[in-house]
Amino acid sequence: MNQPRKAAALISGGLDSLLAAKVMLEQGIHVEGINFYTGFCVEGHTHAIRKKDQKKPKRNNALWVAEQLGIKLHIIDIVEQYKEVVFNPKHGYGANLNPCLDCKIFMVSKALEWIKANGFDFIITGEVIGQRPMSQRKETLPVVAGESGAENLLLRPLCAKNLPETLPESAGWVDRERLFDFSGRSRKPQMALAQRYGFEDYAQPAGGCCFLTDAQYSVKLADLWKARGRKQYEMDDIMLLKVGRHLRPTPDFKLIISREEGEGNFLQGYRKQFPSLRTISHPGPLALIDGKVDDQDIELAARLIARYSQGREAEQVEVEYTATNGELRSLEVSPLKPHEIPEEWFI
Amino acid sequence: MNRIELDCRRLLCPMPVIRVQNRVAELEAGVVLEVYCTDPGVLNDVPAWCRINGHKVIETRSESGLYVLVIEVGESE
Ligand code: SF4
Repeated sequence: MNQPRKAAALISGGLDSLLAAKVMLEQGIHVEGINFYTGFCVEGHTHAIRKKDQKKPKRNNALWVAEQLGIKLHIIDIVEQYKEVVFNPKHGYGANLNPCLDCKIFMVSKALEWIKANGFDFIITGEVIGQRPMSQRKETLPVVAGESGAENLLLRPLCAKNLPETLPESAGWVDRERLFDFSGRSRKPQMALAQRYGFEDYAQPAGGCCFLTDAQYSVKLADLWKARGRKQYEMDDIMLLKVGRHLRPTPDFKLIISREEGEGNFLQGYRKQFPSLRTISHPGPLALIDGKVDDQDIELAARLIARYSQGREAEQVEVEYTATNGELRSLEVSPLKPHEIPEEWFI
Repeated sequence: MNRIELDCRRLLCPMPVIRVQNRVAELEAGVVLEVYCTDPGVLNDVPAWCRINGHKVIETRSESGLYVLVIEVGESE
């Protein structure tokens, strides 16, 4: 008996990749999913961090998609290698710091390595021509196939009929006639197909699949690079950019101030890496200091965090400063008034 | 019985899932893996990952911010 042909599906957790994989399963292809973890993925994190979200059951959409399809899912950590994509995208950034085209090329090239190592025949993605302004245009889809090295091993079942024939089609592994010709920004064809397959409750991310498409997040990342004098980040940095209020009173340091209890607990975990501040006389947030500070800066930081505590109207608030070596210092400060906090401090 | 521990404390999802996945890949069927986590997201994600990939969660405990999942490694095809 003939072994079925095997395809690796790039699974983001959104509807398009779910449908693309389903179309292949319907044609008798053996499909397994690959999900790349860049560190910026919208999945997870913020839910874990913010207390108010914790009541909602949280799910990883890529895992959910795989379960709906009844396929295996391989989650691949590309955090380190992905940095190069974020720092120097050959094709530039999108509206924010999202290097979508380079990102797609990188992911498909990783998928190509994976199929070679695991004896799979081809790669599928849920890309649709014209769906996304940067990476999914008629001109860019061939760029992804070409620069990733995947060439005609890359099949996009949702818009294949608008594209040149790929190997899986010409070799007769899949029937081109039963592929689709979706194009443009409309989501209607996908939604109709989802209904036909009986998928409900699927994720519909508004912007993109990652935080780099988020304007506010990108501003914070750009600020971090500027403050450090070069493009650089560690996993902790990109986590912390998702948490709290970020204020930069001087070029040398910024404050990360928790907005609620969940964030406070999360920031607690970083008190050995960053000096921290908390209010003692009044309930209030926890803040981390990222950068270099002198005594004057610490006092300013203390007045700022006092402003966000329940003692904001008080004459004096007691604030405790903890150095990274655990050394404590107590300060009595007057909270800053709202008009004393320039707009430019907010990142 | 062979019990192996895996420390995923302080890791945020999906990192614990990735750690479990990579560790399980090195283990024989029937081995029991005990995973220690602090992100409550694992309570959803690790069982989902196990269901998809044919492994069994045989016990879940949570005690003051620590989540422990005990997994029995299934047969790989
Ligand atoms: S939104 Fe993020 S993950 Fe998605 S293609 Fe763009 S850069 Fe890559």
